[in-house]
Amino acid sequence: MEEHRDDTAARLGMWVFIFTEILLFGGLFLVYAVMRVRYSAEFHQSAHQLDALIGTINTVVLLVSSMTVAMSITAVQQKNNNLATMLLLITLVCAGIFLFNKYVEWGHKIHLGLYPGSELMVSLKHGEILFFSLYFFMTGLHMLHLVVGAIILTIVMIKVKTGSIHSESYVLLENGGLYWHLVDLIWIFLFPLLYLIT
Amino acid sequence: MITENKHITGYSAYWRVLIFLLAMTFLTVTVTWINLSALTVLMALIIATFKAGTVLTYFMHLRYESSLFKILVSMVLAVYVLVIILTFSDYLFR
Repeated sequence: MEEHRDDTAARLGMWVFIFTEILLFGGLFLVYAVMRVRYSAEFHQSAHQLDALIGTINTVVLLVSSMTVAMSITAVQQKNNNLATMLLLITLVCAGIFLFNKYVEWGHKIHLGLYPGSELMVSLKHGEILFFSLYFFMTGLHMLHLVVGAIILTIVMIKVKTGSIHSESYVLLENGGLYWHLVDLIWIFLFPLLYLIT
Repeated sequence: MITENKHITGYSAYWRVLIFLLAMTFLTVTVTWINLSALTVLMALIIATFKAGTVLTYFMHLRYESSLFKILVSMVLAVYVLVIILTFSDYLFR
């Protein structure tokens, strides 16, 4: 019996999921925007405590990873699975770099005693508590999505290597790529709003 | 099985998109050094929107998908923008 397959529908399904994610993070950005208007001085001050260099490096890393995952699709289309596997590996390395940077950033804050619910956090001014709570929640949720994306891309990379994803059937790679681009999209907005508006 | 005629994007095209995105990132960082308060935020957000649009169009292949996808994405973004406008039109006048 011939298997029914509809790649356009498969991609559409991923896009619909992406819409829900846009609204999820969009809601958080809205909270940030309103609180920022309300506590602009304290948000401005608090943002100084974030490291814009690490943020910029993370932005560059994610942009590169988006390119490599997009290129991996071209590689599979051109029947070059080895190149595709290499490109996906680079994408995963980029994910690792991002996570390491986050570990350094968060680690530093936590080392200073600044984390949700800490004594230090609770003693801050209201606007500052809001800024850092939003910082931890939004970057944390983003990081979670990044880890999930990395797991998905690892599975996809293995399938490309073993050939179960190939030039006649690669919608799984496309969808994994779409999810990864979403992770990049979210960061494109997180970066300026949290790190650069000082 | 439905196979579509797929457009294959070349590697050089993807490189060009990356260069553009990196240039926009550099622009964002330098623009935010000039402090014009509300205008700086606006500039950063406008550049971010251009970056997002580029990722959507080229990396996410929206350019080469059927118009159904483009319409749906536009609708979702329109809904979101509407929610922002409605929220602020309430909040700013309390």
